[in-house]
Amino acid sequence: MRRVAVVGVGQTKFRTRRDDKTHPELTYEAMNKALEHAGLDIKDIQAIAYGTMDPFDGIYLPERWDVTSGGIGKPFMKISTGGTTGMTTGLAAYEHVASGVFDIVMAVCTQRVGECVDAQPVLNTAVCPIYERYSGAGAISVAAIQATVHMHKYGTTEEDLAWVSVKDHKNALKNPNAHIKLDIGVEEVLNSPMVSSPLKLLECCPRSDGAVAVIFASEEVAKKIRDNPAWVIAETTISDDYYTGDRPDLSYWDTLAIAGRRLYRFAGVDDPKKDIDVAELYSPFTIQEVLELEALGFAKKGEGKDMAREGVTFVDGDMPTNPSGGVLCTNPIGATGLVRLAEASLQIMGEASNQIDNVEVSLAHAWGGTLQFHTLMLLSSKKKLKG
Amino acid sequence: MVLKFETKWEIPYVHSAGEHGTKFFEALKDKKIMGVKCPECGRVLVPPRAFCERCFVDTTDWVEVSDEGEVVTVTVTYIKFTGLPDPPYATGIVKLDGADTGMLCLLGGIDLSDWKKVHETFKPGAKVKAVWKEEREGKITDILYFEPVEK
Ligand SMILES: [Zn+2]
Repeated sequence: MRRVAVVGVGQTKFRTRRDDKTHPELTYEAMNKALEHAGLDIKDIQAIAYGTMDPFDGIYLPERWDVTSGGIGKPFMKISTGGTTGMTTGLAAYEHVASGVFDIVMAVCTQRVGECVDAQPVLNTAVCPIYERYSGAGAISVAAIQATVHMHKYGTTEEDLAWVSVKDHKNALKNPNAHIKLDIGVEEVLNSPMVSSPLKLLECCPRSDGAVAVIFASEEVAKKIRDNPAWVIAETTISDDYYTGDRPDLSYWDTLAIAGRRLYRFAGVDDPKKDIDVAELYSPFTIQEVLELEALGFAKKGEGKDMAREGVTFVDGDMPTNPSGGVLCTNPIGATGLVRLAEASLQIMGEASNQIDNVEVSLAHAWGGTLQFHTLMLLSSKKKLKG
Repeated sequence: MVLKFETKWEIPYVHSAGEHGTKFFEALKDKKIMGVKCPECGRVLVPPRAFCERCFVDTTDWVEVSDEGEVVTVTVTYIKFTGLPDPPYATGIVKLDGADTGMLCLLGGIDLSDWKKVHETFKPGAKVKAVWKEEREGKITDILYFEPVEK
């Protein structure tokens, strides 16, 4: 595999609705921002990997519309794997370059969850139509049942989870692209309406409209494009059971832990807490950041709940997590994973809107498909971590 | 100001339950819950399926499991979402006695207005039993919900 770097990143502003633009016009906006950031022209892009999930936008094959933004005449591939769509699209673009088939490839994702009047019925169709759908399960209730088990097993409190929300909302205030901008404290989170117990409204992500593009280039090309590229150190993705009830322990994300160990082995990471400076994790619900921190080795089992409350995951803490404001404040679902990758890349470049000091290594993550898929990418300002 | 146009996806589907699912649903009519055993890992899988996803082998033996079991987890939803049940409703996972997997299901038979009380009654490990529909029709909804064994 060839060495590859992220050389350009573009994001639209994410809002409840982006009525000013049509689907491909949002794609065009994100692509142009990424091209401008990389100092490239659309002619330089040799292939496009595109991600979205059709039912949120109510358009079958939205790629038919969006390919018209810079894709006509180019190789074009569509990816759709639930919440991991964005990250998997990034992985596809990366692998196109790493394999040697192309030198410059763009990943782009557009999603208009805001145009979907209610996203929960869509999410309900993601569970088994024969056995599970009648139970009303959707993304929120599935996260809530994780929280119930974690609270029972480890004594995690409503306040512990509220601190995650306070931290993400504080971070989003610094990010001009973030959707929800609220200056809130623990009391506001605890007093917000109950959605699916124990998760309250301010512990749940919004439905967002927007698009994001990330450009990958081979080593020789990347060096010419910019002097601060984000080098891809390692990436991986993993799958789990279909039925939620098949998972042995909802208090621990075991497949994510396996994927994390795989990633760290490829990368030469011995101690993730020491070796990784900042993480952008896919946490649309507060409990999920806790589970992700534990699975990815930033906290021991049952101790992830303490990290936000103790300030560890805040921007001035030892393990800044979701400095962009995260998925809790911005969720254009099929684009959200690629936003994680974009933000993790900007942290390496030193150009993030809520920049952490001296970032050498960053981690991007997404989960998707009713707790079923995980995708990870590790980025660095150095070409390799060791030696 | 821009114009907006409302559209809708309303597309009927008819999903196959498969041969294993069919046997499961036929058994529900007799208040029986059937699973299958994996010859390799030995897990009893409910709902039943033709192959074990972990071992990638055909499942072999049919096993009847109990209509009683333990709560794995629960959540109570208090917001109305389009097309989903009217709130409040309690969604959870119950692991039936004799099964190695849990079933996503509804829990009920108690007042759902106070979520903390619901979580206490249906805390992980709590014993529950199926409440069956009087006139069963071979659908998953033949099990109305799971209620506490001891009220
Ligand atoms: Zn097996």
